[in-house]
Amino acid sequence: MPDNQSHSDSIAGAGEAEQPVKVQARDVCVSYSGKQALNHVSIDVPDRSVTAFIGPSGCGKSTFLRCLNRMNDTIEGARVTGSLKIDGLEVNDKSVDPVVLRANVGMVFQKPNPFPKSIYDNVAYGPRIHGLALSKDELDAIVEDSLRKAGLWDEVADRLNHPGTSLSGGQQQRLVIARAIAVNPEVILMDEPCSALDPIATAKIEELIDELRENYCIIIVTHSMQQAARVSQQTAFFHMGNLVEYGTTEDIFTNPRDPRTQDYITGRFG
Amino acid sequence: MALSKTAHIVTAYGEELDQLNDELARMGGLVETQLTTAINAIARRDAGVAGEVRQREKQVNAMQVDIEKRVLRLFALRQPMATDLRMTISALKISTDLERIGDLAKNIAYRAKDLSAYPALGLMDRVERLGAIVIQQLHVVLDALSSFEVEPAIRVWRADDEVDERYNALVREMLISMGEDSSLVEPGVHILFVAKNLERIGDHATNIAEALHFMVTAAPLEADTPPAS
Ligand SMILES: Nc1ncnc2c1ncn2[C@@H]1O[C@H](COP(=O)(O)OP(=O)(O)O)[C@@H](O)[C@H]1O
Ligand SMILES: [Mg+2]
Repeated sequence: MPDNQSHSDSIAGAGEAEQPVKVQARDVCVSYSGKQALNHVSIDVPDRSVTAFIGPSGCGKSTFLRCLNRMNDTIEGARVTGSLKIDGLEVNDKSVDPVVLRANVGMVFQKPNPFPKSIYDNVAYGPRIHGLALSKDELDAIVEDSLRKAGLWDEVADRLNHPGTSLSGGQQQRLVIARAIAVNPEVILMDEPCSALDPIATAKIEELIDELRENYCIIIVTHSMQQAARVSQQTAFFHMGNLVEYGTTEDIFTNPRDPRTQDYITGRFG
Repeated sequence: MALSKTAHIVTAYGEELDQLNDELARMGGLVETQLTTAINAIARRDAGVAGEVRQREKQVNAMQVDIEKRVLRLFALRQPMATDLRMTISALKISTDLERIGDLAKNIAYRAKDLSAYPALGLMDRVERLGAIVIQQLHVVLDALSSFEVEPAIRVWRADDEVDERYNALVREMLISMGEDSSLVEPGVHILFVAKNLERIGDHATNIAEALHFMVTAAPLEADTPPAS
């Protein structure tokens, strides 16, 4: 495949990026038990903005996200090569503690996965284990602040001791986001965060993402072209383990350069 | 990225885009007939085309309404992207220009009736020649539209300067003629209106060239746009 070469020596940047690069990947390859899932992916993801990853199922989007918080370490047979830096620091360096890394790189999955605990404890869990609060008052403040940032405070302030699972799907997803925010991450990864939500809950998450981008580097995987177009500033199109095209979201959706991108986003046979 | 030849996975969606283009082509053909009829009426000093032209004018207007509906429907139900998005937007813009051209052609046909009351004048030849050039401009750009070719569109766009020059020369000449011979003022006013309408039609043809260029290339057609290869 010509892609392997083209992307190993040319680095995909989205163009007019005004923000500094937060996540830098160079020649990242991933294989599962010898089967290649990502081929020489090189990309610069800017800080304080939303970058959407799109592409057909199995093209490697989730695999790339898992590289960023070293979740692939936990997968039997997974092999990651290449360089992946967050703020210039090599993620795969022996000195990096995966637990600390995962606090810095929050992750939100397709299915909301609150712990079987109270709303309060869901958010307080991370700050407790990372020792971020010195007193009950400080912990209360972190919980309230995180729930406010996740746009959930007004809906749950009077029932913080209710189980997280008692919330609606959209509220649970915002709770999971609050939980991620509580440990002061810099990067937030979202893997199809709205797939299980109705349009109103989806709109609330999208509004939240738009607010969060002022303070975080957000990468979102989505199967909805409209969602990618609505929430992101950059879009990357993956196909069969290759990063085919990366550009400003406006360019990707009005004038994609690669026929594979074009066929995918316009709903054509590739 | 040029227009894709690959079929849509949702067949009905692809068909709707095809139908939009077909309807636009039919509308273009009708408008071209309107303009040709109007210019021929002037050349033949034919006062009898008004009814036929009025009839077609109604058809042209109905087609524009139909295209608007199709575009609205595509946006609401299909959310077109990339080339499909550009095509849908361009179809809407082009249909507006075609409707305006149809209207201007109708005005010319009405002036043909007024002009038929006057003896043949040299100035009429000149306005016919301007008409022939504008018909050609419209014909080329509509042909290019039906085959999604940008090169003829760029030529049409560049040739608009010539239309403007001829129009300006005609106006100057008429002012002199009417100054010299006051019996030319009455037919001259009609001829001036015809010439002005032709010049406006030329502008709409360049608008169509711009929309077509954007549809195919995603880039605006500008003075420094190189000729297509
Ligand atoms: N845990 C795993 N073990 C083995 N193969 C995997 C695993 N996860 C993903 N893959 C394979 O890697 C490829 C990319 O998968 P993934 O990153 O999940 O794609 P996407 O998120 O774009 O749908 C697929 O071929 C998939 O089958
Ligand atoms: Mg996935």
